[in-house]
Order: sequence, then structure tokens, then C-alpha cells
Amino acid sequence: MTLALTASEIATRLKEGFADIIVEAGPDSLLVKSESLLDIASFLKTEPGLDFNYLVHITAVDYSDYFELVYHLVSLKHNHNLMIKARCYDREAPTVPSLVSLWRGAELQEREIFDLMGIRFYGHPNMKRIFLWEGFPGHPLRRDFANGA
Amino acid sequence: MALKTEPFAINLGPLHPSTHGVFRMRATMDGEVIVDLEPVFGYLHRGIEKLAEGRTYKQNIPFTDRLDYISSMSNGLPYVMAVEKLAGIAVPERAEYLRVIMAELQRIVNHLIAVGTLANDLGAFQTPFLYMFRERERIIDLFEMVCGQRLLYNYMRFGGVSHDIPDEFLPALKKLLNRLPGFIAEYDQLLAENEILLARTKGIGILPKKLAINSSASGPVLRASGVKWDIRKADPYSVYDRFEFDIPTGSAGDCYDRYRIKIAEMLQSIRIIEQAIEQLPPGKVWNKVPLRLRPPVGEAFAHIEAPKGELGFYVVSDGSEKPYRFHVRASTLINLTALRDMIVGWKLADAIVIFGSIDICLGEVDR
Repeated sequence: MTLALTASEIATRLKEGFADIIVEAGPDSLLVKSESLLDIASFLKTEPGLDFNYLVHITAVDYSDYFELVYHLVSLKHNHNLMIKARCYDREAPTVPSLVSLWRGAELQEREIFDLMGIRFYGHPNMKRIFLWEGFPGHPLRRDFANGA
Repeated sequence: MALKTEPFAINLGPLHPSTHGVFRMRATMDGEVIVDLEPVFGYLHRGIEKLAEGRTYKQNIPFTDRLDYISSMSNGLPYVMAVEKLAGIAVPERAEYLRVIMAELQRIVNHLIAVGTLANDLGAFQTPFLYMFRERERIIDLFEMVCGQRLLYNYMRFGGVSHDIPDEFLPALKKLLNRLPGFIAEYDQLLAENEILLARTKGIGILPKKLAINSSASGPVLRASGVKWDIRKADPYSVYDRFEFDIPTGSAGDCYDRYRIKIAEMLQSIRIIEQAIEQLPPGKVWNKVPLRLRPPVGEAFAHIEAPKGELGFYVVSDGSEKPYRFHVRASTLINLTALRDMIVGWKLADAIVIFGSIDICLGEVDR
């Protein structure tokens, strides 16, 4: 095992260039402003000492007032991990920047989030539904979509 | 007179034997060579993530079996680990060891099927496949002994496992472990230097190391490309830090490496199970937890090195008895991200082999 950085340590390192975009630093997660997601992600990926070169997964949670996107990053080099979160308050047409330009692994997962949660990723090369068919009414993973369980 | 040519599209699937389920590839061909490929998903989408939000935490354990139904024994593990993290539930030592034994047996089953179906895709119709099923059958018998089921085990529980092993389990397991290395060597002898297998897999469908990392590939696919990354070592869960084992890696990242790595991993799994039997402590296998579990408000992520890759669950609780969000980090869907890059430029017959070497299960891809 190599060095493990906690989110607050990483936040300290980020403070210099990105002071205004970190909303909150938890014990193992960072909440950032969604419009600056791409800048901060590319910093985390390329900065020596951080080297978050592997995107474990992306998901989104519907908290009714806002959507929360969760990005889980790992550095295969240093074996430390970090969760980045970003909130999106627009329910009608939520959009966030796509991270496909940094990590190809985001490609299918962003399509899945668009399909099931209705969040549009701008900059994605192929933003269309993945599991459901074109014309399916609504986005099933939203909390206001009926759950026929 | 010059012949006028144009690319044409070939539709593979959704009902095609090489897709291992219901998966569709739309290939654009230039003669025999694939120039573009679009994977089409969703034929087995059952909305498990949404259904899980309408059921209690415990009712969701059987759902996890139905993701990757080839290896349903280990699928429940990351889910119960995530909920245990969320609710602060301790697991008895014996249960941890049983989880490891079952997860590693499941890895052997999965890799046997993966190698068998790969040989099937190569045109060795059914014969190697049935050889693999002979050994799989023995392991399934063991699973049946433990939990009464042969395919969907529903074995993991919050705070332990559902049943302790019966008295006849360990002798039968030891007998099997003595037989297995010989059988695996036999299969390897039949396949590894087989001229057809070498010609059809060596140097074909290369996934470069850089792309493997960038496209979030995991499990044998990532390791075949030369990345030494295994959750069992990188972020040890359960009691994996108490065992000695190696992480086999490939170098070329071609179909052959993805095949070899599965053979090597089976042997490592046998090593782990042998150590686990030796260290297996007595005691109970389940810490009682309330039937209507209400974890405190919060979120948890847990992941394991499942046979096909990194399987993770992200669970959010709002304090009620149902999960507020239930997300599956599906390794097989993410492993298909680079499918197009691996296939384009190869012939149609190679596409079947490349796809088969990734080893996916549509139940988990589409959920």
C-alpha cells in the first residue's frame, strides 16, 4: 500500500487554484460546483502526486431538490481513492459536463445516467439512450417516476 | 471497368449463439473486415435498480443473484458489505472465511464456463464446453450441499451467511481440490498449445494498457493488458489480507492473454481455498440483525474482485427500510466500453472471438 490521501488533504492541495469551486470537503468525498467539474477532474487526473488515472464508476442520485452526481476515482499508481460529487438543481433540463474526454470509461455510464435519470452530459460523443428505446416516456430512476413494485 | 463497392451493415444478435445472451452488435463491413461497430444494449433490462428501491434491504439480496447469474454466489457479497458498512453490522470470523471459500469456488466455476464458451466460439463445438461442465458440476454439488440451490444461491446475509456448511462439505471440497489442478492442467494442455486456438487468439483483439486503464476495464480484461490491479490486494475486503496468492498478469492484452489469465487465476483460487480451509475457525456464521433493517441515513460503496471484474454497490439510505438508491457498478458493461476499439480492423469471425474473450453476462450488462 502506498500513500493514501484523504479528501480533506486533497482539498488542501486544490485550494490554491480552485478555491471557489469546492463547496464542501467530507472525510472521503469532495462536493464541487458542477460547471467546473471538467477542470477539477482534469487537474486530479494529471497532477503529479494525485494521478487519478482510473474512473471506477459514475452514478447519480435523485434527492428531489437536486440531482447528485457521484464520481469515484482511483489512482492505480498510488492506490488512493476519492469520491467527487456535483449537484444539479435544474429538474427540467439538467446538464453537466461530460468526462469522456478524460476517461473513456465514462462513455456508457453517462449514457446510462442520461437514459435512466435524464441528466444530459454536454460534450459526450454519442448522447442517446442505452437501455430503453427512443421515445420511452420519462426517466425511470427519478423518484417521481412510479415504482410499480 | 472498376467495380463499385460500398460498406454494408451486418446485424449480429440479439439472438445469436455467440452473444452469450441477448446482445446486439451492428457491424459495418468492408468486405470481410469490420470498419465500424456499434454495440446495442438493453434487451435484458429489467430495471433492477428501480425495483430495488421499492423493496426492503433484505428482499434485494435475491436480486443480486440475478445480475451475473453465472456467478451468483459472489454477487451478493458487495451488496451485503455495503449495507453492513452503512448499518455498522459485524460479521463473525467463520462467515468471512465461508464467504471467501464460496467466492473463490465461484471464480473457478465462472472461469471454467468462460474458457469453455470461448472454445465454443472458436468452433470447438461443445466438446471443451462439456469438459468444463464436468468440473463445474462438482462445485455446483458443493453449493447445493450448503444452501440447497444450484444456480441462484441467495447465500449472503447481512451479518454473515445463510447456512453453515454441513459435515460432509469439507471432505468433499478437499477431494475436489486434489482433483482440480490435474483437470485444469489437462484442459490447458488440450487448449493452450492448440494450433487453431493460437492462430485465432494470439495477437488478436489487442487492448493496449493505456486504453484498458482509460476505459475503466477491470478484472481479467485489465490484468491481461498488463496492469497489476486486483481489489483483493489493492483494497482487501473480508479476510483476503490473510492469504498468500499471486496476481497473474498478461503482457500483450490479446485474446490469448485473456484466456491464459483465467487458467492462472483458477490455480490461485485453489491456493486461497486451501489456506482458508486450514484457517477456518469454529463458531457461528450469522450475527442476528433485525428483519426490517433500517440503516441510518447515509451512503456506502463496497466493491469486490468478482470473477468478471470489479463489482461494486453504491447504496444510499434515507433511514427507512428500503434503500433510497441502489446502484450497481457493473463490471461487464464497463468492460464493453472499449469493444469497438478492440474489434474494428479485424474480420467478422474474429469479432466473435474478441467478444467471447471479454467474458460478459448480459444479466449484469443490462440489469
